Amino acid sequence: MTTLVESPPQQRAGVPKKKNRTLLLNAISIVAGIGVWWALSLAGFDIPAPPEVLKRYGELIADGTLGEDIVASLTRVLSGFVLGVALAVPVGFLMGWYGTVRGLVEPWVQFFRTIPPLAIIPLAIVLMGIGETPKIFVIFLASFLACVIATFQGVVNVDKTLINAARVLGANDRVIFARVVVPASSPFILVGMRVGLGSSWATLVAAELIAAQQGLGYRMQSAQLYYDLPTIFVGLITIGILGLLMDRILLLAETKLTGWQERR
Amino acid sequence: MITIDRIHKSFPLKGETFTALGDVSLELADNEFVTIVGPSGCGKTTLMNILAGLETPTSGRALLDGKAINGPGPDRGVIFQQYALFPWLTVRKNVEFGLRTKGVGREERRRIAEHFIELVGLTQFADALPKMLSGGMKQRVAIARAYAVNPSILLMDEPFGAVDALTRVRLQDQLLDTWSQEKRTVVFITHDVDEAVFLANRVVVMAARPGRVVEVIDVDLPYPRNDELRLSPAFTALRNRVWNAVYHQETPA
Repeated sequence: MTTLVESPPQQRAGVPKKKNRTLLLNAISIVAGIGVWWALSLAGFDIPAPPEVLKRYGELIADGTLGEDIVASLTRVLSGFVLGVALAVPVGFLMGWYGTVRGLVEPWVQFFRTIPPLAIIPLAIVLMGIGETPKIFVIFLASFLACVIATFQGVVNVDKTLINAARVLGANDRVIFARVVVPASSPFILVGMRVGLGSSWATLVAAELIAAQQGLGYRMQSAQLYYDLPTIFVGLITIGILGLLMDRILLLAETKLTGWQERR
Repeated sequence: MITIDRIHKSFPLKGETFTALGDVSLELADNEFVTIVGPSGCGKTTLMNILAGLETPTSGRALLDGKAINGPGPDRGVIFQQYALFPWLTVRKNVEFGLRTKGVGREERRRIAEHFIELVGLTQFADALPKMLSGGMKQRVAIARAYAVNPSILLMDEPFGAVDALTRVRLQDQLLDTWSQEKRTVVFITHDVDEAVFLANRVVVMAARPGRVVEVIDVDLPYPRNDELRLSPAFTALRNRVWNAVYHQETPA
């Protein structure tokens, strides 16, 4: 690894000094963390040193394994996540809007929420076999449960005065729903999506223990059999970076879509 | 014309029946500026909600030009104490909201919105989001939004209750200014005696437990009203009368 001796860029006017400071601190922290890792491996702990992991990264990228694993894992996470959100948003809206739906659905949502999605895996294997279906199903369940609660909360928390304001401006229920309830609850939905994506990603590795042929979780699982620590590190770091990237993308969407919020 | 005919409103509260309004009757003429002042719990907001169509009376009737009020309608604009602007819409889009639900075309909407935004003096903030505005500015947007759908009646529930005293005086001047250019029947609820007298043709004084009208005081002061009038003996005399009616009721709150 090259040493990182970079002074923070000061030439750009308008960038607050505080932000630069934070970035510098972030960089120092990352470099220090890698340093500690390296030191521990030199001190005789049974973990691979950073150069070893980097070398493995190169090999796995070169022979295409890493790319294929990433594609396989991302496909699973995204299909489960998209399905989960696509179902959670309408169900959450219905629960928030209609007392009847809430009464019928809420006990099940609350019940399944207390079961970690991973605990569903044995049942999913028995019922759905060992193909893609049980893996995507478990991820779907994880993101659905996180997102449905958030959407429901969002609808319930819509300011009653805003609904009255729309009503006295001539809005009927349909207009109030589309033009008041949906935008007003969007911040909650986006937070739900972030939490949902987090738990989808967390469920992935375990889901890939179900006789997968490919995927980051599978790769780490098989590396474990051969005591191949560098590959396990590559898997872990890749999962971390991808998770962080996806979260940042959602965060960006959140800032763009809900920038109208008054923050206190 | 608004006719409030022996309205009674009660609801259960902790196992007992709470009477918010007991037998209230009033008549409001077209283009009249009426303020309703009274202690908290006198049912003034309940009365306004009934006129807005957001609540229904237990007995009695509220009529608008002879027709019973059931449900909200574009003939009555409402301005809430908490502004109730849609925070995700710009000032312009907020003002256009009611026009859109009415199905007014894009260009017409824009023209009308522009007119009322100018009327409340916020042209340069037309594309700002509510979060960038002060409380007083927000309330002016709410006034423009209510005006835009061209209601014959404006119902205002303590609209200046949440702003500081200096801003409140300025908002009162601006409201009278707007009202004199675009005459409407205004029902304005407040707990501020000065505000009640300064704005109104008539002040309705209410009392609590049960909510009822104790006195209706005519304000024979000419418009436009200004600082000079605010400090005049005639104003002070009326103010004292209203003060006594509000604060020296037989059952103090």
